[in-house]
Amino acid sequence: MRLAPQPGERIDRGNTVDREGSIVFTFDGRPVRAFPGDTIGSALFASGQRVFSRSFKYHRPRGLLCCGGHCPNCMMTVDGAPNVRACTVPVAGGERVVTQNVLGSLQRDLMSVTDKIGGPFTPVGFYYRTMIRPRWAWPYYEKFLRHAAGLGKVDKHHERSTRFDTEHRRAEVLVVGGGSAGFAAARKAAAEGRHVVLVDEGPDLLPESVGDAGFEIIAPARALGLWEGGLVPVEAGTTLYRFRAEKIVVATGATEQPLLFPGNDLVGVMLPGAIRRMVDFWALKPGNRAVVVTADDRGLEAAEKLRGVGVHIAQIADLRHERVRQIAAKGKRGHLRSVELDGKQIACDLLVMSGGAQPNYSLLAQLGAKVEYDAARGMFVPIELPDNVEAVGAAAGDIGPTAVPAATYNGAAGKGKCFVCVCEDVTDKDVKRAIAEGFDSIELAKRYTTVTMGPCQGKLCHVPSIRLYARETETDETSIGTTTARPPWAPVSLGLLAGRLHEPGKRTSMHHRHKDLGAKIMWTGSWRRPHSYGDPQAEAKNVHENIGVIDVSTLGKLLVRGPEAGAFLDRLYPNRFSDLKAGRIRYGVLQTDSGRIMDDGTIARLDDDTFYVTTTSTGVNAVLQWFGWWNAVWRMDAEIVDVTGALAAVNVAGPKARTLMERLTDLDVSNEGIKYLDAVQGSVAGVPCLILRIGFVGELGYEIHFPTTFGEYFLDTLLEQGADLGIRPFGLEPQRVLRLEKMHILVGQDTDSESNILEANMGWLAKWDKDEFVGRWSLEYVQQRDVRENLVGFVVDDGIVPAEGTQIVQEGKSIGRVTSSRWSPELGQAIGMGWVPPDLAHEGARIAIKVDGKLAAASVRLRSFFDPDGEQLKS
Amino acid sequence: MSFLLPCPNCGPRDVDEFSCTGEVTVRPKSSPTARELRSYLYFRANVAGVQREWWYHRDGCELWFQAERDTRTNEVVRTWIPEPASTPAAQ
Repeated sequence: MRLAPQPGERIDRGNTVDREGSIVFTFDGRPVRAFPGDTIGSALFASGQRVFSRSFKYHRPRGLLCCGGHCPNCMMTVDGAPNVRACTVPVAGGERVVTQNVLGSLQRDLMSVTDKIGGPFTPVGFYYRTMIRPRWAWPYYEKFLRHAAGLGKVDKHHERSTRFDTEHRRAEVLVVGGGSAGFAAARKAAAEGRHVVLVDEGPDLLPESVGDAGFEIIAPARALGLWEGGLVPVEAGTTLYRFRAEKIVVATGATEQPLLFPGNDLVGVMLPGAIRRMVDFWALKPGNRAVVVTADDRGLEAAEKLRGVGVHIAQIADLRHERVRQIAAKGKRGHLRSVELDGKQIACDLLVMSGGAQPNYSLLAQLGAKVEYDAARGMFVPIELPDNVEAVGAAAGDIGPTAVPAATYNGAAGKGKCFVCVCEDVTDKDVKRAIAEGFDSIELAKRYTTVTMGPCQGKLCHVPSIRLYARETETDETSIGTTTARPPWAPVSLGLLAGRLHEPGKRTSMHHRHKDLGAKIMWTGSWRRPHSYGDPQAEAKNVHENIGVIDVSTLGKLLVRGPEAGAFLDRLYPNRFSDLKAGRIRYGVLQTDSGRIMDDGTIARLDDDTFYVTTTSTGVNAVLQWFGWWNAVWRMDAEIVDVTGALAAVNVAGPKARTLMERLTDLDVSNEGIKYLDAVQGSVAGVPCLILRIGFVGELGYEIHFPTTFGEYFLDTLLEQGADLGIRPFGLEPQRVLRLEKMHILVGQDTDSESNILEANMGWLAKWDKDEFVGRWSLEYVQQRDVRENLVGFVVDDGIVPAEGTQIVQEGKSIGRVTSSRWSPELGQAIGMGWVPPDLAHEGARIAIKVDGKLAAASVRLRSFFDPDGEQLKS
Repeated sequence: MSFLLPCPNCGPRDVDEFSCTGEVTVRPKSSPTARELRSYLYFRANVAGVQREWWYHRDGCELWFQAERDTRTNEVVRTWIPEPASTPAAQ
């Protein structure tokens, strides 16, 4: 039921005589009517609902307490999202709202037996003491605890329905909080011509002030924290704003604090802010007969408001003027029925309590502000603010005259539970017990009792718990101190922090053609590449017998150009490039100064000043940075350009590759025209190309690089023109077989962070007569200390293919490891590569490889399995 | 780490756009002893205070530059493009 229209109410009653509302949502299956402008909580209250949830541990009935989105009392599951604070979520209509943390129903929760029985299952930390014996029973305990603990259930089958976005924003002045102080600060800064943005949680923001404020207002939105550099992440529904602000004004206000007395969690006990919002925003009558106990003006204002809407005020106790020793709220089935003030019983259904207001200093403290206890007002105030941060209004401590409430108002009788923390159901007795058990610092006690660790994150329990702690330990609040303030200041969904699903998959210009051809696509780093086109063995065989084509557009491609380009590469690579003739190619391995192999590829000299460097598919960014860094050091006359995305590439390989090339180009592709390791520029199939005659897969082959836009056309043309030659596309898996037959290494697979070129049997790369090259000194050191292991090939007896990563063993001890292994259909053998001690690194040495717990015998090979003399390759 | 770093080309940018490769080290000039080599490769001053570092504007202009940053506060004292070394090894 609603009150008569209130001045400035938020709900839109329209011109209808309907007293219940025009939009509908469901609550535990029953329809509830609401007005536009209602929140789920306000509409439920209007419909007569008083119990909103069951508490965390004791399953006590709980009703609206703060109506400001802080306390846990109105948490519900809305459209599958658990732990939504119904009191602040606007009704749109059609929502499916379900209560949570109940076994049975909200009215009759079977788990509420925990509130009655007491015993070993209720004190704080009981599970540490009671559930350790007998040991075998732990799985059952755990099952019970897992079920009982936590709030809300995540729907594991819920489909991703929300898209979260991150937006990077800037502001000269960012004002956090839209109360009067925040608005004043924003207006002032805007009047000075500064770019101002104000963010506010929403419920208290005055709608009429939003219209022509003269600055941007984001609401409802919550600043989650203050980070260095003026970074303020702001949660606004499904958008996370990452604000960078030159100046931050913290106007987060203060949070009304509860009083500690038995029954302080009963349905009908409220904070003054709840009264104000219920009456002003939604025209709700919070109760019929009220008692007010207050330490500040907030309670008196609430009383005034209640009187104005016809609530009978039975008693007001202003703690600033009268001393109250004992308060006890009593109820029936969790609903407030009466309050006892120093022995005097007063019947009521509403108790407004105000224990003063605590400035919301958390954001300030996150950025390094100190916090000081103000004993006169019983609160913590921020001091020593960081640069470019200002605190205004209540957040800075401007909260009006306040009495310091007692730690508890239990009195002598002290019956009933007195909650320090309503989120986690921690009572004053729990805190006393923790102290008795020796948890003598606030940080330890927090972790043991979980006070401040619930959904409100200490907003309602931090200060009361410190006050209680100070009394029980007979010290004071200053020496107890506060716990560390950490982000997030407001609850935030993990989905928002994760942001939109970003899994950048790079595709080559031929990607869709591969799919048309039946390719099985796999991830390689961030690239999507064909694993095979269905039959890797046949594809590999076809390269040996006819002709195969593989998309190698993923290779990193860098142009290094300038008068000193050759000298630059000479310093970076262990071998020499300055003497490479234009039109020729050399293999190169990059190593760090510690001698570690970091990448490999071919380098073609296009003309005197220009080198075309290829890198591994996943290594191009690292190589680009590496080149750039060294040239930032050396400042040689050479420019580096990444052309990876601009150029596509295919490798056409097989004994019939030349025949196909003859059909596609006017260039002389004879073995004299384009020799092994020649780099020739010319037109192929009408496309301007760079032809590199290299042989990663071991057969006569041409690696053809051309502008990306021709990708599909080029592949189509090759397949069409080579059809009668038996051309087939081949994927990465057959390529791995083919390269292994040639014992060509894969950096990162056959090498690791310990590998150097000497031990990887590529010592021939090092040109020691050069003055200097990156990694030289470390190689010299390796030479002196002798090699410790060698990368070799092996053939396994009996055709067993060991798993990659398998141990190579000797006398029961691991002496090496397998890095690559495959069945080679061409050779009819199980082949592989691995690291072995130097004394086994000779042709024909016998090694044992552990396969499925047994030993497989293998013979070491030092020369490539296929075409060791490169006759096919160079034919 | 959420501070702003002034790129000498682009001006102040979010630190997320950059890669830091650590403090500027002194590369031995020639044929270092084992001790010198080890010290160059593996030892860092790791100061609590202002440190000279290499930074790379990875998601921006791809410039390599140096910065002086206070490792305790992330205050960036200055950033600059290093002068060409007289000899390559002098860095």
